[in-house]
Amino acid sequence: MENLQLVLPEIFLSLSIMFLLILGVFKKNSSRLVQSLSLAVLIVTAVITFNETIGINETKLFNNSIIIDYLSSLMKIITLLAAFLVLIISSNYIKTFQIFKIEYPILILSSVLGMMVMINSNDLIVFYMGLELQSLALYVLATFNRDEIKSSEAGLKYFVLSALSSGLLLYGCSLIYGFTGSTNFNVIADQLNSNEYALTFGIVFILVGLAFKISAVPFHMWAPDVYEGSPTSVTLFFTIVPKIAALTVFIRFLYVPFLNLIDQWQMILIFLSIASMLFGAIAAIGQTNLKRLVAYSSIGHVGYALAGVAAGTNDGIQSSVIYITIYVLMNLGLFSCLLMLKRDNNYYEKIDDLSGLSKNHPMLALSLLIILFSLAGIPPLAGFFAKFYVFKAVIEQSMYFLAIVGLLSTVVAAFYYLRLIKIMYFDEQKEKYDTDHGFWLKFSLTASTLLILIYFIFPSQLIEVVSRIDII
Amino acid sequence: MNFPILSSLILLPSIGALFLFFTKSDKKNNFTGKYVALFTSAVNFFLSIYLWILFDPTTSEFQFVEERIWIKDLINYKVGVDGISILFILLTTFITPLCIVSVNNSIKERLSEFLIAVLIMESFMIGVFCSLDLVIFYLFFEAGLIPMFLIIGIWGGARRVYSAFKFFLYTLLGSVLMLVAIITIYWLNGTTDVVELYNSGIDIKYQNLLWLAFFSSFAVKTPMWPVHTWLPDAHVEAPTAGSVLLAAILLKMAGYGFIRFSLGLFPAASEIFTPLIYTLSVIAIIFTSFIALMQEDMKKLIAYSSVAHMGYVTLGIFTIQQQGIEGSIIQMISHGLVSAALFLCVGVVYDRMHSRLINTYGGIVSIIPKYSILFMLFTLAALGLPGTSGFVGEFLILMGAFKDNFLVAVIASLGVIIGAAYMLWLYKRVVFGKLINTDLKQMFDLNRSELFILSCLAVPTLFFGFYPDPLINTIEVSISDLIDQYNFKLASKT
Repeated sequence: MENLQLVLPEIFLSLSIMFLLILGVFKKNSSRLVQSLSLAVLIVTAVITFNETIGINETKLFNNSIIIDYLSSLMKIITLLAAFLVLIISSNYIKTFQIFKIEYPILILSSVLGMMVMINSNDLIVFYMGLELQSLALYVLATFNRDEIKSSEAGLKYFVLSALSSGLLLYGCSLIYGFTGSTNFNVIADQLNSNEYALTFGIVFILVGLAFKISAVPFHMWAPDVYEGSPTSVTLFFTIVPKIAALTVFIRFLYVPFLNLIDQWQMILIFLSIASMLFGAIAAIGQTNLKRLVAYSSIGHVGYALAGVAAGTNDGIQSSVIYITIYVLMNLGLFSCLLMLKRDNNYYEKIDDLSGLSKNHPMLALSLLIILFSLAGIPPLAGFFAKFYVFKAVIEQSMYFLAIVGLLSTVVAAFYYLRLIKIMYFDEQKEKYDTDHGFWLKFSLTASTLLILIYFIFPSQLIEVVSRIDII
Repeated sequence: MNFPILSSLILLPSIGALFLFFTKSDKKNNFTGKYVALFTSAVNFFLSIYLWILFDPTTSEFQFVEERIWIKDLINYKVGVDGISILFILLTTFITPLCIVSVNNSIKERLSEFLIAVLIMESFMIGVFCSLDLVIFYLFFEAGLIPMFLIIGIWGGARRVYSAFKFFLYTLLGSVLMLVAIITIYWLNGTTDVVELYNSGIDIKYQNLLWLAFFSSFAVKTPMWPVHTWLPDAHVEAPTAGSVLLAAILLKMAGYGFIRFSLGLFPAASEIFTPLIYTLSVIAIIFTSFIALMQEDMKKLIAYSSVAHMGYVTLGIFTIQQQGIEGSIIQMISHGLVSAALFLCVGVVYDRMHSRLINTYGGIVSIIPKYSILFMLFTLAALGLPGTSGFVGEFLILMGAFKDNFLVAVIASLGVIIGAAYMLWLYKRVVFGKLINTDLKQMFDLNRSELFILSCLAVPTLFFGFYPDPLINTIEVSISDLIDQYNFKLASKT
């Protein structure tokens, strides 16, 4: 008998989704109720995950197709908490845009469920199932503001390109199945024969699919358009939550079945990482839309997270997890600021709209200043430590080229973060923005800023949390 | 010693800044804010004097060491001072209150935010000088960029944005390589604790590259020719107090870094790269002195003279002679006092006339005599007249240089002449001559706070000029020990 307790979070989440769907259909005007219940569901799922699975040793379920270990539990909790915060801080936004419908939180829940399945997967089929569940929900979310032509365009673009990458990924899976005779990660690991070059093709195809999902260069083209076109609340979701799951799959996929082929995929990963860091930094310079800028900046940050994965050590994996955690925190803060740029029911998202913010809204500007410096990786803010751990892991493997290129691209990236700061602090002020933001928006901004600011006082805590991750 | 005096020195300004942040001071005069800032920095100054009194100059061991676990199994928070660093801490705590007094005249808006930036800056600078762990050092070294960027960008002059960006990106670019080097050292030796690294030494195979990585950061920060171009821009656009901080303290971080890390950790590489440093220093001394000669903007002239003076400093450090390094430290202290004073002098006339161009002025000696006297004193100190602290430093550096390399010393000595030329010519054009610009007649002489600041700077400049013993006593043992260690490591090839 399988130990169902360990998949209780997923079971609970799926049942809740179905229940909420029925509730939403049968009860009129229940969007507020569904929203609140969804939030509760996310928290409860996180608590269940924490209680049931965080302490246990590695366990495989359902014919070894699902793995529950510390990494998966930790990443699920991060995903759930991030989704909770994303949903709660964007509630004002979706009300303003008349997209406050029951489907919105339910779609977010389904996509989170997909991510949890991805994170748990120890089998190509399970992994693909989770991936598609989350992607399908995301397509709909991108077009959610369906009266807006840009939003529909974003969704369609995302759908077409993402379907293509899913196809590639599936093809890669079938190649691997063909050469190893199994879809199970552990069996694949046993059956690997490094002389089969076609097998490498399989890995490459899967990596391409994953790189697409995490928007690493050169598979990033969709990101800026989709981020710009989608409603800001969905962009916020896009920049944060799927990356956590995709990174976990990256780690699991490369380190469980294909650890022995590290020589072959390491080069690819280094390339993805360097290309993302450089491209993210350079392409962001010319942007005038904040959401596009965030898109490029997140491409860059994905590059740093992948650098940790490329290191090929437990240290590297841990540093990537730290990186993504701090990245989530910084982006939450950044988007909280973005969602505060609201005047008369209009949200502003041009870079120039930040002009002179420091005179009209000193506290908002100060928070954004701290977040931006942290994103640029300037000590003593949290962003610096994220980069520090990653490059420590990278240099320990003597990958100096990666480290130097990465650090030099932080200098390029610093330029556009500084430009935002310049606009806020050195330019002339414009009209004031509204100040009646919801409690949660203020809370998330204050909390993320403070955590970024005082991270250097307690840097050991986060390390201790991730130090139990042990994949290799 | 149980009282964590160094941590208090680092934390106190930040606490002051935090207090300022939460006090809503009157928008009109910002009185409370200013007194809070002044009080904090003054307390910090007295605390550092107390530190100097307690300091035992007869040993080269690190004193007042505090060590705490910071990142478990990775980095410890470790601070301490020896003869090399203590003077820089004193310089920092001495200059900052003067900066805060000086804002009366120059900063018109957002005063309390300016004071917060200055105080946080002070925290970081003290942190740089007393950290005994490479990562902690890097942290403070880089963190200083944030407040300085804002000081230049928010309160600066017309081209402030350009200058602020240039300053930030230049220094950041230099520093990231140092980060790679620091992590590499951690990987090689399993620690970033400076004391342990001094004892164990660093593998000779890696020293050259590591040295270059540190050099790239320090060279930009010093600044050495040819990466000095950010400095004139930053100085010209920064508000007076910002220029003072920049010239007096920020530039010293790199000189300090050269002594502490380049010499201390990589002796073999330092030996190899000494010719490089000599060449760059000599070029800096001669070349930037000529550039200074041709400047029409007073602040720019002083900025270029800073580059030349820092050229002497780097030259002195890499002579690896007792006199050379002593001279370098004294030159840095002296330059900290004198350049701060010169920038304040420029600030004084700028506040009245809103022009930094030399040809705006001329013949002001009869209008503002007190100013002219003090300006004269600092001009002479800058060119190294005997009896001022500038002389002691330059003389010792050249003495060290003659011992090590005759040709370099001769060329560097020629720089002294050009230095005298541009400083005296500046003084002549600003203060003497015919009074052509009649607007100048409305200028009033130094007010009380200006007089106070400049006198505060004049006293140590003269005092250490005549009697440099307190400085030399403090640094002597640490330096001779550093040189012994250096030669020992060089001989034993580690």
